Amino acid sequence: MGYLGEIFVMAMTAIFIQNFVLSRFLGLCPYLGVSKKLDSALGMGMAVIFVMTLASAITFLINNYLLIPYSLGYLQTIAFILTIAALVQFVEMVIQKNAPALYKSLGVYLPLITTNCAVLGVAILNTTALRSDGVTEYNFLDSLLNGFFSGVGFTVVLLAMAGLRMRLDMAELPKSMKGMPIALILAGIMALSFYGFMGFQI
Amino acid sequence: MTFIKELTKGLIKDNPIFVLVLGLCPTLAVTTSVINALGMGSAATFVLLCSNIIISMIKGITPSKIRIPVYIVVIASFVTIVDMVMAAYLPDLHKSLGLFIPLIVVNCIILGRAEAFASKNNVIMSIADAIGMGLGFTLSLTLIATFREILGAGTWLGMRVTPMSYDPMLIAILAPGAFITLGFLMALMNMIKEKK
Repeated sequence: MGYLGEIFVMAMTAIFIQNFVLSRFLGLCPYLGVSKKLDSALGMGMAVIFVMTLASAITFLINNYLLIPYSLGYLQTIAFILTIAALVQFVEMVIQKNAPALYKSLGVYLPLITTNCAVLGVAILNTTALRSDGVTEYNFLDSLLNGFFSGVGFTVVLLAMAGLRMRLDMAELPKSMKGMPIALILAGIMALSFYGFMGFQI
Repeated sequence: MTFIKELTKGLIKDNPIFVLVLGLCPTLAVTTSVINALGMGSAATFVLLCSNIIISMIKGITPSKIRIPVYIVVIASFVTIVDMVMAAYLPDLHKSLGLFIPLIVVNCIILGRAEAFASKNNVIMSIADAIGMGLGFTLSLTLIATFREILGAGTWLGMRVTPMSYDPMLIAILAPGAFITLGFLMALMNMIKEKK
């Protein structure tokens, strides 16, 4: 299988088989918090894809050229979270200066992303992830692509959830079920349907 | 008097999971068994306690513009300590909690208490707040895990509690069961609150 096949496997795994939200439980706060409206869900999704791709690339460099050569592996958590916090701040400043239109649609979501565990999660998972042959460790491009596809996986379920919740507003529910409880049960049913992808052998 | 009030508010009135709905990722991921829930709860309580103490001690000298990075560094240091201690003394628990130990750093409960409470109150009050919130978090995790472990595996803390004829409902310990259990528990809490 060539490299394109490898990318395909990675994309399918990150988006459907091991979805970040529904089977790994990462990034649940924005998943339940920003899924009330479709357009804000889209903005959040785009911001997450962007930051996850960048964060995967930069944490890969930090891990392989700074932490591992100087045997500082125990500083991983601190180094990664500081990098992500600085990166988010930096991206926010650059976008605000150079692309005010983009800033208007993404700006409010950027500060929230620092504490989105999906970003730190993908950075940590990348350091131990293996390609489909089970031996080769991720190289720079693999990490970057994995970050991108994981972000896409997050966005797909976030958008689906937002669409469903807009319909749910019209449903008649018992008073105690309204809001968060029914959203959680809905997420459970969605996770159940994503379990169907698990049998896939690529 | 206020000490007791700060200590007990995390248990029911401001319960971090059922009332504030914070820190959902570890809540859903580690509640597959009661032992995991207790491990996660005590790890998070330790980090919360230590970071609340340090942050309330340095609140006078932290410039307000860089306070969030400062808090994150303090929290990340204690998370690293917990991570290494657990890996050394409780390797099995460390393995089953896995990724969610380093992810305590981004648990909204801990940063939230640092920003909302420890940065404004003295050390004694911050300790009470941390213990209360930590206990509330641990108890909620244990409650969810109790339902999931009994339904999904027929055991509690590893001991068999259901009759042999009970066929465990595997879905309760899989990912979808986590969402559905928490959803029903929250609805139950709302119902009890309405009755009052």
